[in-house]
Formats: sequence, C-alpha cells, structure tokens
Amino acid sequence: MHRYANPTRFLRIANAILPWSTAIMVIAFGVGLAYALVVSPPDYQQGETVRIMYVHVPSAWMGLFVYTAMAIASAVALIWRHPVADLAAQCSAPVGAAFTFICLVTGSLWGKPMWGAWWVWDARLTSMLILLFLYLGYMALANAFDDRQRGSKAAAVLALVGWVNIPIIKFSVDWWNTLHQPASVNPMGQSGIAIDGSMLIPLFAMAIAFKAYYVTTLLLGMRREIAAAKVRAMRMAAVHG
Amino acid sequence: MTRKKRRLYFIALGMLALGAATALVLSAIGDSLLYFYSPTDLEERPVAEGQRFRLGGLVEEGSVEKDGETVRFVVTDLIHTVPVAFTGILPDLFREGQGVVTEGRLSGAGLFVADSVLAKHDETYMPKEVADSLKDSGYWKEGAAPDAGPAQ
Repeated sequence: MHRYANPTRFLRIANAILPWSTAIMVIAFGVGLAYALVVSPPDYQQGETVRIMYVHVPSAWMGLFVYTAMAIASAVALIWRHPVADLAAQCSAPVGAAFTFICLVTGSLWGKPMWGAWWVWDARLTSMLILLFLYLGYMALANAFDDRQRGSKAAAVLALVGWVNIPIIKFSVDWWNTLHQPASVNPMGQSGIAIDGSMLIPLFAMAIAFKAYYVTTLLLGMRREIAAAKVRAMRMAAVHG
Repeated sequence: MTRKKRRLYFIALGMLALGAATALVLSAIGDSLLYFYSPTDLEERPVAEGQRFRLGGLVEEGSVEKDGETVRFVVTDLIHTVPVAFTGILPDLFREGQGVVTEGRLSGAGLFVADSVLAKHDETYMPKEVADSLKDSGYWKEGAAPDAGPAQ
C-alpha cells in the first residue's frame, strides 16, 4: 500500500496515465455526442426528449461511482494514513458534486415535459438530492479547519458514513413506489436491458467519456495539490531557514 | 494488534453497525416512503374519505372520457381498479395503457377526485420503428410496466 504513498512515484504513474485518459475522453465524447445528438433515433414515446437521457443517466452513474471511490479513498486514508489517498478523496468531491448537480438539473428538465413536474419528493429524487448535500458537506468540512489534517480526517469520516446513501439511491426505485422509472440497464434484474441497441451506443459512449473525464481531472487535481504542498513546504523552509 | 489493524477493524465494525442501523430504520419507516398507493394497496389499507394521497397505476385501455375540461379515466394495477376524475391540463405522456400518478381525495362512491396528474414513464426506450415492428410481430407487451403492477 505504501508503495503508492510516495508522491514522486504517484506523479510518475499519473503522468503516464494522463495522455491515455485524455485521448479516451476526447474520442468517447466525440462518438457519444455525435450519436446522442444526431445519429440515434427519437424515442417512440418521448420523441427527441430522450436525448436528455444520454447526459442524465451517465451523470447519475458518475454521482454514485465517484462517491464510492471517494469513500474507499477515505477509508484507505484513515486506516493507513495514506496521504495520496486523502488527496484522491478530496479532489474527487467537486467532480462528483458537479455530476450529481448535472443529473438533478437534466432530470428536472426532462421531468417537466414528460411527467408534468419539475420536481417531486419521491425516494429516488430525494436520495439523490441528499447525495449532493453530502458532497457539499464533505467539501465544507474538509476546508473548515486551519489544520488540514483534522479537516481531512473529519471529512473522511463523513464520506464513509454518507456511503449508506448509495445503495438507498440505487435500490430506491425497487424498494418503494416512485415516480422515477426503475433502472433500464439492469443486467442482474428480471427486466435486463430495456433500451434499444441504437440508444445504448450513445449512452455507453457518454458513460466512458465521463469516466475518462473523471480520471483526467482527478489526476490533474492531485498533481496540482502535490505541487501546492511542495510550495507550502518551501515557503515554510524559507521562513524558518 | 498493530494500530493499522485496529483502525481497519474499527472502521469495518462501524460501517457494519451503520448499515444495520440504516436497514432497521428503513424497514421501520417502510410504507411512508411510498410515493403513491396502487389500487391494490388501497384495497388492503383503506384511506379515509377526504384524506389527500397519491394514487398510481396504469390508465385502463378505453377508459378515458373527456367531458369539457374534466377527464374521467380508470387507474388499474391489473388486479384492482379505481375510477378517477380530473379537471385540468394533462401531461404529454398521458395516454391509455401508460402509467400515471394522480394526487387528490376519495369522494363518496369510490371516485378519486384528482387535482394533479403526473405521467409515469416506464424504463423502456426504443425508436418508433422498433415499437411498430414489435406490435406487428405480436411481441408487444401491453401494460407491461413492471412497477405499476401489484405490490409484492
């Protein structure tokens, strides 16, 4: 575990991954947007409004995925006092919050014409809103202390506690009656995949693009934070030297 | 035991306890998290006349009657049915055989008087040509929205 706690080693790995994740992101965004906006057909019920799904659903997946990554990184940081894991958790939070926000906004834009309401307080929408507040709370708590260590420790505990919300979001549509439809891509459920193949291409291409975007921004953010820590250390050395 | 091991066990136990507590809380509040009642739910746990609640299910085929501004239709979960009256503008996706969630009160004679109707979309996405060819080949499942079925 501590092999990767060394920032220099981490930077070497990050710099090797970055060109690849950037290339995958650009290609997947190109394919995904072309299919989402032009090539894929309108839906038999929703018409052109279905195109909102190609942003909404991958954003929702990102909201859950990034939070889970953040919780795992927080656990590693707490248990093994792993500074790079702590950086990974802190740099993930804004990305996850942004995607959760995009998910809520696009869902609202879809809900008005399709359901007839911008917002309803059903179990899926409410638990997703709580996820956004968890991200915001995490970021606020991480920066609430003058002592960075204390802030990141408190925030890591919040990230772990908040993780109980993730299965609630995922299964809310199965456990309770909700206005939100159940999962369309659910290989383990009885319904399987309820989306036509021509609509799955843009959906998965966008999901890959979003994941690659996360990897790219995460590595860039961590690189920035490591540089900032070096600057702080050099300033301290200059003051005390 | 090293301090790392102790922290690991502490966090693992904490997460387990938290998970168990959440599961207990969720199973205790259970039904109050339901966004709507299905007609079968209503049959099993009657709601007092005049009390507001939401009723959800499929719009029964051939049941929609327009009378000026007022629309009458029947909400079904394929087991029980409830007649609904609504005055106002319906959402675009409102159609026979599709899911709806209505909010209002039961009046006498078992009629549900709704003051809002939301369309409930199911999880199926396909182009119009595919839907047409499914209908032609007889593989179309009418009213198959699994979520609008009876609560298990």
